[in-house]
Amino acid sequence: MFKCKTSAEVGGMGHSVKRKEDARFLHGKGKYVDDVKLPGMLHMVMVRSPYAYAKITSINKDSALAVPGVLAVITGQDLAQYNLHWMPTLLSDTQMVLPTDTVMHQNQEVCAIIATDRYAAADGADAIEIEYEPMTAIVDPFKALDKDAPLLRPDKEGQKDNHIYHWERGNREKTDAAIAKADVVVTERIYLPRIHVASIETCGCVASYDKDTEKLLVYLTTQAPHAIRTVVALVAGHVGLSEEKIRIISPDIGGGFGGKVPVYPAYVVAIAATFLIGKPVKWIEDRSENLTNGFARDYHMDCTLAASKDGKIQAFKVKTLADHGYTDSSANPSKYPTGMFSICTGSYDYEHAFAELDAVYTNKAPGGVAYRCSFRVTEAVHAIERMVDKLAHKLDMDPAMLRLNNFIKKDQFPYASPLGWSYDSGDYEATLKKAMEMVGYDDFKKEQAEKRKQGKLMGIGICTFTEVVGAGPSKDFDILGIAMFDSAEIRVHPTGKALARFGTKSQGQGHETTYAQILAEELGIPYTDIEIEEGDTDTAPYGLGTYASRSTPTAGAAAAIAARKLRDKGKKIAAYLLEVSEEDIEWEVGKYFVKGAPDKSKTIQDVVFAAYTNIPPGMEPGFEATHYYDPPNLTFPNGAYICVVEIDKETGVIDVKRFVAIDDCGNIINPMIVEGQIHGGLTQGIAPAMYEAIQYDEEGNVLNGTLMDYLVPTAVESPHWETGHTITPSPHHPLGAKGVAESPTVGAPPAIANAIIDALSPLGIQHLDIPISPDKVWEAIQAHS
Amino acid sequence: MIPANFTYHRANSLKEAISLVESLGEEAKFMSGGHSLLPMMKLRFATPEHIVDISKIEGLSFIREEGDLLKIGGLTTQSEMEYSELIRRNYPIFLDAIKLTADPSVRNVGTIGGNIAHGDAANDQPALMLAMRATIIAEGPNGRKSIPIDEFFHGFYMTALEPADVLVEIHVPKAKKGCGGAYYKMERKVGDYATAGVAVYVQLDGNGTCSEAGIGLTNVSAVPMRVDRAEDLLRGKKITPDLIDQAGALAAEDCEPTSDLRGSEAYKRSLVHTLTKRMLNKALERAGQ
Repeated sequence: MFKCKTSAEVGGMGHSVKRKEDARFLHGKGKYVDDVKLPGMLHMVMVRSPYAYAKITSINKDSALAVPGVLAVITGQDLAQYNLHWMPTLLSDTQMVLPTDTVMHQNQEVCAIIATDRYAAADGADAIEIEYEPMTAIVDPFKALDKDAPLLRPDKEGQKDNHIYHWERGNREKTDAAIAKADVVVTERIYLPRIHVASIETCGCVASYDKDTEKLLVYLTTQAPHAIRTVVALVAGHVGLSEEKIRIISPDIGGGFGGKVPVYPAYVVAIAATFLIGKPVKWIEDRSENLTNGFARDYHMDCTLAASKDGKIQAFKVKTLADHGYTDSSANPSKYPTGMFSICTGSYDYEHAFAELDAVYTNKAPGGVAYRCSFRVTEAVHAIERMVDKLAHKLDMDPAMLRLNNFIKKDQFPYASPLGWSYDSGDYEATLKKAMEMVGYDDFKKEQAEKRKQGKLMGIGICTFTEVVGAGPSKDFDILGIAMFDSAEIRVHPTGKALARFGTKSQGQGHETTYAQILAEELGIPYTDIEIEEGDTDTAPYGLGTYASRSTPTAGAAAAIAARKLRDKGKKIAAYLLEVSEEDIEWEVGKYFVKGAPDKSKTIQDVVFAAYTNIPPGMEPGFEATHYYDPPNLTFPNGAYICVVEIDKETGVIDVKRFVAIDDCGNIINPMIVEGQIHGGLTQGIAPAMYEAIQYDEEGNVLNGTLMDYLVPTAVESPHWETGHTITPSPHHPLGAKGVAESPTVGAPPAIANAIIDALSPLGIQHLDIPISPDKVWEAIQAHS
Repeated sequence: MIPANFTYHRANSLKEAISLVESLGEEAKFMSGGHSLLPMMKLRFATPEHIVDISKIEGLSFIREEGDLLKIGGLTTQSEMEYSELIRRNYPIFLDAIKLTADPSVRNVGTIGGNIAHGDAANDQPALMLAMRATIIAEGPNGRKSIPIDEFFHGFYMTALEPADVLVEIHVPKAKKGCGGAYYKMERKVGDYATAGVAVYVQLDGNGTCSEAGIGLTNVSAVPMRVDRAEDLLRGKKITPDLIDQAGALAAEDCEPTSDLRGSEAYKRSLVHTLTKRMLNKALERAGQ
């Protein structure tokens, strides 16, 4: 296990210090976008389409403008005058800011009402008269490819059908050949449904343009403020917004989970509105708007897994249909349209794999967002982990044994995966064995055998996943060509206290604490003496934001390296102060001392003070450093999760009796924060496994567009999470750390699904798509009895 | 999520409340806890011009036994019921239901009277009232009236209450030896409306024969419903496991669920069967059998 190098007072790595940011959150003093109030601020409400696919035949603004307090109605036609009615997406597609003639999904923004308060704006939205001519929506992505399907995107030059792109990776011929001659082949169509990230804070902005200074200030719910600044400059440059005049402030953020990476149309409308009106404009999304715009997942995966009869995996193949809604506005910063999906070969050592994917347009909200996963990893892991379980059942082999027999071995790292990733480190066998021991795997197997004799339904499910996080190396990632580095800037004040700024943006992850701990570890300055700032593009160094579990792998590394630059400078100062040569100075946390004479020493605080007051001749004064870190590789956290369930045959109710999660995220900065991340992530893992899916009817209406029917689990639904760790440091990260936040979200759903399906397997049930709700279980039991 | 404009009136007495609604006419609605009405207004499904807030009227919040009856004031909150010693000791069926209703902060404000007067078959209290054969006491412009529960629910959001009637009291049988009730609902997650819910109330005579049986169902029909055939089956008999199963089967047959996001019609009927059996067993256990 990790051994702390610093004292509890210094609070470096490995100390479970309390979160510095929590005092303001617990006292209700966090400052979120909706807390921003500027003089003369106007309020905007979006009017949204009741139809999934319709022509707009008329918009009559008069009835809305007649509402007291309503000042303006902005339509797509209005924006078209400035060529602002469409915007580019990250994936080279285009998205409507506001439609000029056609709406493409239910609840799409149709026009904006600007009023003196949000109540008047809501009344204006209710009063406006819009006439539509509904058309037959394409809801089923498989039907989107039918020959007679209407062309959804005639606006795109050369677009002849609803196919967006084809992607593939691996060797098709060799994989097919391996499958053809394998002893055992299992296949399954696995659907990972559309879900919603459900952050507590919805999206919103306050946009304020000052006509005199020509400066645009936007308070925005964004996970990536600098990237947004550059996007705004590129998209709206033609109307005179220039990057040095744009300031994006991302204040406290109430959860992001990927949903606050995209640029939503209403942001652009608010910016256009303040630009035209010259007054600040606030837009705050309501819960149903948040729920029905944007999505994660929605992959239909046809999987094939082949093995020898003694259970050696030989080949994996997956063919996916992806439903992107009406535009590919994926919040995906990788160079691959499917993100990290090619991690789908999993934690197992075999030679042949082939993955391909076709994406289509439908009349649904566009996306998707990477819901607490480094884009498409959740889908990939679900596919392989379900298939490994299916293979175990087919071979009549213990799923744990099958996994142990096929794991990439500890000494095989760095491991070149069949689809081209270089896994950095791991000890999969130790991790699974630890989970099995902690849950009492063998005892549960015996109990299960007993219960099955009594006709009871009990299941044990395993997931041994490999994650891929920390976007990322510039060979794999960029945003509009900008490499996915991240940054840290440290200023140590004369009194030895510090201010450090980062290009990332916490949304609840606890950066103000963990970054301070990294600096405490490296400099020996107590974490309580270090202020952390993020989110203001006028002050923070350029960075690409927080998502994809990238903050520790990138900005955390930048912090360590910037601190080491300071330590090097400090060494020179210490040598000067102690009147020895630099080579004679050694460092231990918090102080420099003369080799062989540890009592001759200077603390870091002494040295910093000297950097301002007693500067060695020829040295630049001050004690500041900046580093931009472009990681050489991604990090590959991994884990072994085991879930035990019992099912009530009469009602289909699933009781999660145990859930053990062993994570290996390398060296741990703050164990308490990691524990919290894992608890939250596991709960967001049980969510899609048993509760959440955005459901549509045949006309493209969202059936569960409120939290009354979109079932976000609470503490009541959550089982008691049991957690543990193995630690295999990342060899290429300066701190040996990996990302952690996404592992539980990725790893939990297949463990739960595997447990439920294992429980039902005596009835002949071999697969169920998530979410597996009691009624789905009951229907499956009826169909098999 | 912002309601249309409305005028808020706070009534300080029952008389004032009734005369306010009488004078304001059809566009006025009473509000007690508001936890059913306000969400409908925020979604603009309901757009009353006037809200008459009766929640501050004194004297309508009580729980007391009188003669053969348990009397509950219409403005008694769900939490007041939940933490009442009397309810906890003698009326566990209420505790069963209230613990499954919404969440603590809603229960702190939501009232028992409102839960019934809203006329929604998805609410939990109507099934209890049917099972216990409650009497609803309402006060209106023409004074007080008693309404047997079987005459109370008229349709979706429609009850026997006239626009200016306030539900002031609920009467159910006082707990006594040999009686027992139980309620359970299946919900998709905490705070949800029922996928299906069953309330059972039984009275056994000295030799263990069922002298009275009540079975009310939640959210498996447009209007809160009782299962007469199952009650008739049990009444006057010694209850056996076989009879319990038959009662469950009758309830499953007679309920009128529709397929929706909570499950298929078949699933809901099956739940009604299972829950009827389970609640009958629990009620019998509480009745001392």
